[in-house]
Amino acid sequence: MAVDKNMHILVVDDYQTMIRIIRNLLKQLGFNNVDEATDGKAALEKISAKSYGLIISDWNMEPMTGLDLLKSIRGGGSKVPFIMVTAESKTENVLAAREAGVNNYIVKPFNADTLKTKLSSVLGEF
Amino acid sequence: MNALQQAEAAKLKDRAYSRNEVIEIIRSVMGTIDKDSDESLKLHNELSALASYIENMRSELAQLRSIEISHNHIPTATDELDAVVGETAKATGTIMDVCEKIEKIAGELEAPVGPELSNAVTSIYEACGFQDITGQRITKVVKTLKHIESKVSEIISAFGNMHPNAVAPVVKEEKTGLLNGPQLKGPASSQEDIDKLLASFDK
Repeated sequence: MAVDKNMHILVVDDYQTMIRIIRNLLKQLGFNNVDEATDGKAALEKISAKSYGLIISDWNMEPMTGLDLLKSIRGGGSKVPFIMVTAESKTENVLAAREAGVNNYIVKPFNADTLKTKLSSVLGEF
Repeated sequence: MNALQQAEAAKLKDRAYSRNEVIEIIRSVMGTIDKDSDESLKLHNELSALASYIENMRSELAQLRSIEISHNHIPTATDELDAVVGETAKATGTIMDVCEKIEKIAGELEAPVGPELSNAVTSIYEACGFQDITGQRITKVVKTLKHIESKVSEIISAFGNMHPNAVAPVVKEEKTGLLNGPQLKGPASSQEDIDKLLASFDK
C-alpha cells in the first residue's frame, strides 16, 4: 500500500532547532503536514485533538519524556507508528523503548538518509 | 525515659549538629575523662585528634575559598554555559532561516544546479543538529555544577563561617573527563548497534 504523504506527522522535541531540521527533512521527502510539540504532555494534547499517522519524538524532555509519551500512547491502545529520535543510545534505553512499543529508533546526530530509511521501515517504501 | 524525654532525644537524634557544637561535645566528653588509666588517656588523645581534625578541615576549606566557589565561580560558569547554549541556538536559527530561503530558490532552479543546491542545504540541516547535541551536553554540565554548588554550600553551612580572604592554592585546571553527555565514547551505542539490537527482536 502506498504511503499517504498527506498524513499528519507530529514531531516532539524541546529543541526548536531539531524540530526545524526534522520538519525540513520531512518536507524534502514530501511530507508537508507536520505539527510540533515541545514535550510529551503537549504532544498528548495534540494527539487528543487530531489523528496522526506518525509520531517522531525526542526522549529527554520536561515535564513529560518521550518514553512516558510512548507509554501513555500505547497504554491508551493506540498503535500509531512511533519513532524515537534521541541521543540516549545506551542499550538499556533502546530496550526500554522497545519494551514500551517503539517502532524504530534514530540516534542523534543523524542524516537525511537515516531518517528516510527509518520512515520506510515504519511506513513502507515511498 | 518518659515520653517527653523520648521526644527530646528523637529531636536531637534527627537534627544536624554544627561544627562548633560537635567540637563542644567532644571537649565536654574530654573534660569528663579521667586520664589516669592508659585506656582513658588513649580515648582522650583520640578525641583530641578528632577535634583537631575538624578544626583543620575548616581551615583547609577556608583556604579553598569555598564561599567563592559556591557564590561566584559556579554561578558564573553556569551563566556562561547558559549563554553558550543561547547564542548557539540563535546562530543556528539564523543559519536555518538562510537555508530555508536558499532551498526555496533552489526549487526554482533547473537541474543540475537546483538539486545540487538542495542537497547542500540538506547537509547544512544535518550539521545543524550539533546545536541540539551540544545543548543537551551543556545542560547536563550545568546541572552537575549546580549540584556541586549545592553540596559546597552544605559543607560551608556545616563548618560555619570561613575566612573568605584566605589565600587559595593554585589548582591546575583539569580539562578532561568533565563532559558526561550523550554520544561520548563508552556506554553509548552507534546507530548500527541499535539497528542490530532491534533487528534481533524481529527474528
